[in-house]
Amino acid sequence: MAQITTIGRKTYYDDIIEKGYSRRDFMKFCAMMAAYLGLESSGVAQVAQALQTQHRVPVIWLHFQECTCCSESFIRSSHPIVADILLDKLSLDYTETLMAASGHQAEVAKAKTMKDYYGEYILCVEGTVPTDNNGVYCCIGGRTAEDILKEAAAGAKALIAWGSCACNGCVQAAYPNPTSATPIHKIITDKPIIRVPGCPPIGEVMAGVLVHIITFGTLPELDGAKRPKAFYSKRVHDTCQRRAFYDAGLFVETFDDENAKKGYCLYKVGCKGPMTYNACSVTRWNNGVSYPIQSGHGCIGCSEDNYWDAGPLYRRMQTFPGFGIESNADEIGIGAAVLTAGGLAAHAIATNIRKNKLIEDLITEGKESEKELKK
Amino acid sequence: MNDLAMHFKHLRRVFVWELPVRVYHWINALAIVVLCVTGFIIGNPPGIMFGGEAHESYWFGTVRFLHFASAYIFLFNFLFRLYWGFVGNKYANWKNFIPTNRRFFKEMWEVLKIDILQIKSGEHLSVGHNALAGFIYFLTFIAFAVQCITGFGLYAAMSHSLIARMFVWVSPFLGGDFALRRWHHAAMWFFILFAMVHVYLVFYHDYVEGRGEISSMGGGWKFIEEEVFEEQNSKTSA
Ligand code: HEM
Ligand code: SF4
Repeated sequence: MAQITTIGRKTYYDDIIEKGYSRRDFMKFCAMMAAYLGLESSGVAQVAQALQTQHRVPVIWLHFQECTCCSESFIRSSHPIVADILLDKLSLDYTETLMAASGHQAEVAKAKTMKDYYGEYILCVEGTVPTDNNGVYCCIGGRTAEDILKEAAAGAKALIAWGSCACNGCVQAAYPNPTSATPIHKIITDKPIIRVPGCPPIGEVMAGVLVHIITFGTLPELDGAKRPKAFYSKRVHDTCQRRAFYDAGLFVETFDDENAKKGYCLYKVGCKGPMTYNACSVTRWNNGVSYPIQSGHGCIGCSEDNYWDAGPLYRRMQTFPGFGIESNADEIGIGAAVLTAGGLAAHAIATNIRKNKLIEDLITEGKESEKELKK
Repeated sequence: MNDLAMHFKHLRRVFVWELPVRVYHWINALAIVVLCVTGFIIGNPPGIMFGGEAHESYWFGTVRFLHFASAYIFLFNFLFRLYWGFVGNKYANWKNFIPTNRRFFKEMWEVLKIDILQIKSGEHLSVGHNALAGFIYFLTFIAFAVQCITGFGLYAAMSHSLIARMFVWVSPFLGGDFALRRWHHAAMWFFILFAMVHVYLVFYHDYVEGRGEISSMGGGWKFIEEEVFEEQNSKTSA
């Protein structure tokens, strides 16, 4: 990516200064980004260097079945340079929500980017792609989402799946998934894809992923689920401020009890932190102000696959599809145990009837020996 | 002597379960009990009101520690048993568990008719595992593997140990920790149901056959009637 040289393209730094930021603001931004990326302190210089010398990376940002919360989160990431520079003015050649152009003009801009930067641009996707009924459930400019995605992906260097919709389908793919909403890695299989799940993902995380690509010219290191390791390798639970209560076995039982006031662990009222890989308890939200658990609400696991169908939000138990809405493993298990116990009891009775001869013989034999034995 | 004398049978002692098999069995039983109890508590912790500070207590951490410690024992014990399936005596051999021929299926059907449905009278004799039991144990081995894979898959997020690291692929592969937890929790019920049926059947065999089924996992031997012994040998040599 670093080698993209196109005449007339400015560096990020040029644009940042042009926008009225000072060098100091710029360096602060670099330091923040380096920290989020988990770089060592020398990494700050690397980020700064990259932003000063690199030409901007063309980005196309597509919106399909989604609620735009990812974009909202992104433009609210704590440093204004993110919104101003990475998104607003510089990088986005096409994004329905935020670009000034509309209609044909916009489509033309997109087509031009796809042509001029074939093989170079980053394709960001927000939302799922419906595949039922030839994809009629999501059409833009008269074309289906699937069609648009496939076309744009063909010339992309890499794809970023923003948010749980694009990563795993989120709510529109929840049972019964009426439109066959499909996450993008199931549609585009021949390109590198970075999955950045969350509903929405944290703005700083999104910015961090983009800054990494700009700085190093490579995709960030990914885990087995194709998520950037820097942000998704720990569970919310691992750095949760209520963790001491978890280990001490002190749990909130209801949201209005004494334990809730004391700030105990929210595990029993359904916190999904122990199963959820995300940076919420490290980075927090809204400029680091808080995150759900800090505010007294359990984690709902919004960055995990299939979280909508995984059971009630406010209880520990996970439901099993096909066994009724409120059923859980323990209820089914207890039912099965009762049935089994009944079966065994019936079998024991049947044995005494049907195997009577065998048993009688053993008993007679044993008793006879007992009698014959003198002492 | 009276005419009942014909009932008196001479029993022959057969060494069935070697010491390693017996040790494996009881370690396994103990580990499963501990894993089920601690696992159940992890899934449904009791509500405790406590006046002190969090740092004064660590009981939930201890329960989890017990779970993980017995998990390691369970895993290695299981691996050992797999190994013993290749080097142990004929009753411990892996061929007792995996149906490889038609005889195996025929015997399963036979046991089902005689001992389970009891639609056929008489008794079915097998000195080691009968085919049906062997096959059920095969299923339990699969359950052991499922539980080790899902369990260590979850544990990979909490531990840097080499063994836990070997399971980092599990969570992405099976759709995340939500799915792992669910299957891990549900599989517990297989163990509980199995234990109920298993203990019942051991008593059943001891009761209707009188060949020392229950004690065999203690001393290692079962007792079969002289005639049966001869009969078995003539059957196999024929
Ligand atoms: C007989 C075998 C086992 C049984 C019956 C069992 C049962 C359970 C149950 C019921 C839970 C609670 C799940 C929930 O509702 O969230 C649990 C949790 C767990 N088990 Fe097991 N388990 C077994 C073996 C293992 C093994 C071999 C491991 C490997 C390390 C393991 C690791 C875990 C872990 C990591 C958790 C989550 C604990 C936490 O988040 O604090 N288990 N187990
Ligand atoms: S509140 Fe949730 S994330 Fe925090 S310690 Fe409790 S279970 Fe874990």
